[in-house]
Amino acid sequence: MAGSILGNRVLRKEDPKFLTSGGKYIEDLNDEPLFAGALHVTYVRSTVAHAKIARIDLSECRSAPGVVAVFTAQDLGLEEEPATYNPNAKRAHLAIGKVRWVGELVAAVVTERADQGEDAIERAIVEYEVLEPLIDLEQSMTSTTHIYEGCGSNIVMGTVEMGMPDNTGDELFKDCEVVIKGRFINQRVAPCPLEARGSAAVWVDGRLHQWISTQHAQGVRAEVVKANKIDAEKVRIITPDVGGGFGAKISAYSEELLLGKIAKRVGKPVRWRETRSESMVGLGHGRAQLQYVTLGGTRAGKVTAYQLNAIQDSGGWVDVGTVLAPFMTRPMAQGVYDIEKVECRTTSVVTNTTPIVAYRGAGRPEATAAIERAMDLFAAEIGKDPAEVRRMNLIPKFSEPHKTKIGHTYDVGDYSAALDKAMAVAKYSEARAEQAERRKRGDKVQLGIGVSVYVEVTGGVDPMQEHAKINVLPNGRAVVFTGTSPHGQGHVTSWAMIASSETGISIEDIDVVWGDTDLVPTGGGTMGSRSLQQGGAAVQKVSIEIVDQARRLAAQLLEANEIDVVLDKSKGVFHVAGTPSISKSWSEIAASADAKAGLTQEGMFVANSATFPFGAHIAIVEVDTETGKVKHRRHIACDDAGRVVNPLTLDGQIHGGIAQGTAQALLEEFRYDGDGNPITTNFADYTFISAVELPSIEVVHMETPTFVNPLGAKGIGESGTIGSTPAVQSAVIDALLPLGVRHIDMPTTPERIWSAISTASA
Amino acid sequence: MKVSITVNGKEHHGDVEPRTLLVHYIREVLGLTGTNVGCDSSSCGACTIHMNGEAVKSCTILAVQADGSNVTTIEGLAKDGVMHPMQTAFMENHGLQCGYCTPGMVMAAVGLLNENPKPTEEQVRVGLEGNLCRCTGYHNIVKSVLAAAGSK
Repeated sequence: MAGSILGNRVLRKEDPKFLTSGGKYIEDLNDEPLFAGALHVTYVRSTVAHAKIARIDLSECRSAPGVVAVFTAQDLGLEEEPATYNPNAKRAHLAIGKVRWVGELVAAVVTERADQGEDAIERAIVEYEVLEPLIDLEQSMTSTTHIYEGCGSNIVMGTVEMGMPDNTGDELFKDCEVVIKGRFINQRVAPCPLEARGSAAVWVDGRLHQWISTQHAQGVRAEVVKANKIDAEKVRIITPDVGGGFGAKISAYSEELLLGKIAKRVGKPVRWRETRSESMVGLGHGRAQLQYVTLGGTRAGKVTAYQLNAIQDSGGWVDVGTVLAPFMTRPMAQGVYDIEKVECRTTSVVTNTTPIVAYRGAGRPEATAAIERAMDLFAAEIGKDPAEVRRMNLIPKFSEPHKTKIGHTYDVGDYSAALDKAMAVAKYSEARAEQAERRKRGDKVQLGIGVSVYVEVTGGVDPMQEHAKINVLPNGRAVVFTGTSPHGQGHVTSWAMIASSETGISIEDIDVVWGDTDLVPTGGGTMGSRSLQQGGAAVQKVSIEIVDQARRLAAQLLEANEIDVVLDKSKGVFHVAGTPSISKSWSEIAASADAKAGLTQEGMFVANSATFPFGAHIAIVEVDTETGKVKHRRHIACDDAGRVVNPLTLDGQIHGGIAQGTAQALLEEFRYDGDGNPITTNFADYTFISAVELPSIEVVHMETPTFVNPLGAKGIGESGTIGSTPAVQSAVIDALLPLGVRHIDMPTTPERIWSAISTASA
Repeated sequence: MKVSITVNGKEHHGDVEPRTLLVHYIREVLGLTGTNVGCDSSSCGACTIHMNGEAVKSCTILAVQADGSNVTTIEGLAKDGVMHPMQTAFMENHGLQCGYCTPGMVMAAVGLLNENPKPTEEQVRVGLEGNLCRCTGYHNIVKSVLAAAGSK
């Protein structure tokens, strides 16, 4: 796009505010007039994993200082409601009769000040009759104790039950010369946006205004409508600045969905803000998949059959995590490889743990980790280099849709080019030579090299469309309204760049509005790496349309034929071709259309399909074989997201994704004891990755535009996570191959590494 | 208890509960909401401010302990509408995304350079270990600090 601002490194318009006075997050809205006199809600949470509730006594709670009201499910008239993804599972927003995970809500306490709520809930008495805690996935699968009795089983969803083909077992591998098997745990992690959740609810003349830290205001509106049993026009959702989401803030939670009812009952505005310790058990978790893989092929290295049996932990509720395995992991099971026979079966199982939701990558990191680890086991088994074995099996470059064996259709791909680029920057052969030297010398600190090649799916959740509106005001400024919902991704800058590249209005003169359902009633929010390819494409579409509209009006003002009028984007003015001295500005044209409202265009961009970003990551780590300590030395990432709008924010997304992937590979795991007590419920116990555990990241650019949208853009929000996780995990294991270690589950902590070395050498 | 604390050059007199944390005093009493709270175990550093010139986590200090001290928050870092070089470096190097850790991160980074004006990359990483960020992978934060130090 010669001459266009698109593709240039443009600094973010949103930054000065964040850097000087800080963002305006939900807890910072002290000047909001509607919050005057607001009361605070604090929740009494279950302290046991699985139990019948014998008695709730809130009398002491009620008499605590500052307490205005206390509510149980009964007090609020709550009823159990069916889960979206399995109607046989039913629960209410405050527990009725039973609790199913530590942290589930039991009662609400309303106080004058927030700190009084924290004191008051200490006085709540809840008597439990403890039931068998089901924490282990496979134990829960076969248990006769059912977490949701209505389901008649703890299995709440499965591909076979939905009519998809079952796995055929070892029969699939009967012609293979080499077969490897693995059992991998893709562990449970906590998303940990740095801003925990918060919300506020205010009734004004029978209409509910709710502020919430979310990724999708329009989706939340539908949930609030349902929870309060009111019409959609009676609800307004407002999104303040949001301090990170990573998938976990897509849907509203019980804590937030109760606020409307509570505000109505107490007749005052109410606010709720969770502590980090609450957030660690209240905000949904991610991953939590147990994988059985089998992969077979020839001794020369050609893979011919792959089978994945994934068991997805749903946690204590049938939430989004339940559907990620069948609808995200399964379709991407085959990855980047040309394999003759591929099978994948998934089973989602409830346990007495925090529910699983979407977390950066949401089902695709699991698919990639499974096949990438399997490829490494295969390479080790036949004694070949893992990069070489991958190269032998990659789907060749394609620019027309490619249908995979599992039944997905990828848009464009050039996987071997991505691998080549990453290997070149990594100086792969030199790294292998250094590794060989260290092995030969028997160094205490060994070098490990991990390779992963991946493809993922972005913008693939129905409806694959996004809404945008552009308004050029009589003062010449433009306002872009978007149904996406930035919380760090930089849409204010990128959407302004897109509108500017079509209209010639400078990005300084373009504002971006989102997240208020009165201003933007239609929108799909920001999730699944969809924003640029659908939201950005919608902004481009309406920007082109408003230029056409302005050209018609300019022709009238210039008394010229419309086809003779051109837009000089460098100045943002329209003139007759060849006569630039007489022109009409956006301001003049907008004022001529409507002296107050200016010009407006709105519309929907509809994508015909998802897009399939791909790439290759190489991680080089040092592993101290005596202590198990890992040093992540280099991380090379070649991620192809199609055409790039702003390389500044593109790189930022890649860096952040890699940090979260590395965190899962090396450090992070949300853990429970055998009774279902969470034991990593704050940032002192949960090993949130810091700057010390990461290297600077070597980003290798590659652009293969997609034909799915006019921008040529694919998603980039999750690629880094998907590519990095198996690369880092494999690097750790690669360092230990000569010691006989073939696999270590994530996180590859020093303890696990040390144990694996001890076991292998025993 | 009576406290007198100078914040961003202005002296404030207040009457606080003994258990009031400095961060709550700054946010709720003074209304300076740039300083954020990201955890409840003094792990994340989102609340980092300067007290008598030193970067400290304001969730780890009681308001009464800050009596008589000189506090600078993110709101006091820019002078006469001109951003501090560290703020400029964060902007130019995309050292922030969602912005939640940013005020604390910037204050910690300024504190780091006060102690070590020309740090190596490794020293920056170690120096910022107590400040968590979930968005940037720290890459551009480290780059920002090195840029502000003129190291790169």
